[in-house]
Amino acid sequence: MNIDELVENFAFFENWEEKYQYVIDLGRKLEPLKACYKTDEWKVKGCQSQVWLVPTFSPHSIHFCGDSDAILVKGIIAIVLMIYNDKSAEEIKKVDVEKIFAKLGLEENLTPSRRNGMMSMVEKIRQYAEAAKQAD
Amino acid sequence: MYDVWQIRKDFPILQHGVNGGPVVFLDTAASAQKPHQVLDKMRTVYETAYANAHRGSYTFAEEITTEFEAARRTVQNFVNAKEAREIIFTRNATESINLVAASWGEKNLHVGDEVLISQAEHHANLVPWQNICEKSGAKLVVFPIADDGSYIKEEYEKHLNERTKLVAITAMSNVLGTVFPIKEMVKSAHTYGAKILVDACQYAVHQKVDVQDWDCDFVAFSGHKTYGPTGIGVLYGKAEILSLMPPYQFGGDMIDHVTYQKTTFADIPARFEAGTAASVQAIGMAEGLKYMLALGMENIEAHEEELTNYATMRLNEVPRLKQVGTAIDKGGVFSFDVTGIHPQDLAFVLNKENVAVRTGHHCAEPLVNRMGYTSLTRASLGLYNTKEDIDALIAALLKAERFFRED
Repeated sequence: MNIDELVENFAFFENWEEKYQYVIDLGRKLEPLKACYKTDEWKVKGCQSQVWLVPTFSPHSIHFCGDSDAILVKGIIAIVLMIYNDKSAEEIKKVDVEKIFAKLGLEENLTPSRRNGMMSMVEKIRQYAEAAKQAD
Repeated sequence: MYDVWQIRKDFPILQHGVNGGPVVFLDTAASAQKPHQVLDKMRTVYETAYANAHRGSYTFAEEITTEFEAARRTVQNFVNAKEAREIIFTRNATESINLVAASWGEKNLHVGDEVLISQAEHHANLVPWQNICEKSGAKLVVFPIADDGSYIKEEYEKHLNERTKLVAITAMSNVLGTVFPIKEMVKSAHTYGAKILVDACQYAVHQKVDVQDWDCDFVAFSGHKTYGPTGIGVLYGKAEILSLMPPYQFGGDMIDHVTYQKTTFADIPARFEAGTAASVQAIGMAEGLKYMLALGMENIEAHEEELTNYATMRLNEVPRLKQVGTAIDKGGVFSFDVTGIHPQDLAFVLNKENVAVRTGHHCAEPLVNRMGYTSLTRASLGLYNTKEDIDALIAALLKAERFFRED
């Protein structure tokens, strides 16, 4: 599924319960993160729950795996990774994640006060992309 | 007792609601909502009598200085201090404790001395002591509490000795709600010649503080939890102890006489109030305290005790919910864990239902860990809460439980 299809799916939800039940399902289906990566080294700081993010660099793209001990956060991670995964550093830089989250009606997850660290995670993804560009 | 529905009309935010519905505010332990009396008073001061307190020699300046010093006397009355000069205005309770650690601690703590705290302390009553102990070479000693959050008298007394120079203890835990028997703890500390500082941030919201009855040496609490504004807190200290303490911040009106070479310092309380005072906040804080006194601390306590019993009972209806902190002597603070649901997930659904609670380590990370968790959900009571608020909490928790169930 790509983001456009996800936006289409989200248009059908009539209330927050349906919407977030779907987010939870996305979290449950998220590609699992190996237990050996669930360490401080891969933890994203600034999150109320534990969030891990692990990049794998290929010559022209980056693939991310992530996880959280909070199920809603895990669902949001699934969406964030759907947005960013397997893109080049240049493409990652161009993504307007706020706009996509607004289209999904999930913008409340990106406010600093929610403290679920989604913005910290997006920041981290951008940093990895920047590092990949420097290495080029 | 008082009519809680009548009282609620004093709180504009409770009338205003949130997300198009009524708000169920159960986070008073973090910060209380403000009655219009506090807001009106602060606005009136700014509109009719504002200037820098203790500075100018014109009518506004005199008026605000009078109000500011009257606020000090209101606080004095609230905690039953002997003298108004024993009340120091600070930014918040954390600053009050830091003041004692920096000023009293630096002068009085040396290698071989001990500072004794409980396992139930908030970071504000732990980290300043860690820091001053590291600097002075004194040792920080922590006495354990029971698994249900209760105070253990034998443990406290076992850890007291002639090396103990200071005991720093909360009067009510912000996580567990446990109420500590301050009066008897003070007595024990004093038999070893130790001073004792009481963190009354939570306690002062719910029960009457009486520093003369307690006979404690220092008390810290904040304005924003006692229905007043943010940016203002209080340090009470016995006059004979404060008088011997050196200033820890410099400048402004805390001086007696200054030359380019040397400065002599003002007496208490001015010595510890460097810089422009948060005068309007202090006046607002006093108004919050007056509001509580007008209701009657014993009435507030009785109202909250009834709600505490009700909430303790109803929380048991939620499947897989475990209450953390079940001491017999506890106030209206309920921390809990629902097996299989992360507190952040829980709070998300509660927020959707307009139920405001706090999640996380509650600025008491070692305590939450000691109880066996990394994060907890906490609901806490204020004088404006109702049984209906508790019912709404339970309904929202049951909804969350269904929402996250995997089937």
